[in-house]
Amino acid sequence: MKGFFVTLLLLIFAASTRAQSVEMADTLRGSGKIYVVVAVISVILIALILYLFSIDRRVKKMEKRD
Amino acid sequence: MEKNWWKILASVLVLYSIIAGFLGEVPHLPILHESIRNLYFHVPMWFTMIILYLVSVIYSIKYLGSNNENHDLLAVECVNAGIIFGFLGLATGMIWGNFTWGSPWPNDPKMNSAAIATLMYLAYIILRNSLEEEQKRARISAVYNIFAFPVMIVLLFILPRMTDSLHPGNGGNPGFSSYDLDKNMRMVFYPACIGWILMGVWIATIRFRIRKLENKQHY
Repeated sequence: MKGFFVTLLLLIFAASTRAQSVEMADTLRGSGKIYVVVAVISVILIALILYLFSIDRRVKKMEKRD
Repeated sequence: MEKNWWKILASVLVLYSIIAGFLGEVPHLPILHESIRNLYFHVPMWFTMIILYLVSVIYSIKYLGSNNENHDLLAVECVNAGIIFGFLGLATGMIWGNFTWGSPWPNDPKMNSAAIATLMYLAYIILRNSLEEEQKRARISAVYNIFAFPVMIVLLFILPRMTDSLHPGNGGNPGFSSYDLDKNMRMVFYPACIGWILMGVWIATIRFRIRKLENKQHY
């Protein structure tokens, strides 16, 4: 009986530690470096969006000339 | 500028989805780890593709009723833009799958279906380009498009659910809630979808306007 409870406790302990120890990018977040990644991607996206707006404007100009 | 509000909205939503998508709280799940954030970027590609194909089929039906050339041109440009998003969906899915499922192409039913659907729309483009006479081309490709759309829906949303699939929400009878979405993730996922759909529509309309100008130059 005692053995059963010990096993049960160990199992619960194992399950709880496994649930908590899912590895995430905590160090990247903790060191603040994740903001660098976000900044880089944001710059790329903003540039692409501005480029899309400029293409849009160019098409509009051509439509007006027509 | 007053007509451009939705383009600005699209830009803001996509930008928000990237910032919040990287910095927001996500559930800690085994296997997925941080790659769960791919949901904000991979899935909207497919939703955008489906919406573009839907717009296309609506304009194909309209064309058959109206014989208006512009309806035909909008239909084809929506497919052109949709295919780009389809390939982005396939490519991002392969990268994601490589790290979570162990292989870029584990022969998942939804993956195979998506590949077939993409090929089907490539066939639409090829069919269109192979016909010389304009009215005939517009009519035949419109009819093909109307057949292709329901097949695409069956391939992506019905067949994968009838077998086991690695994709969440497949195999069995899933609702949308069966995605591992918590409240934090929904706050990013839905804006991301709307933002990318608007982006796709924007790109398709630019292509449509260029195509219209090109057509005018020919006459």
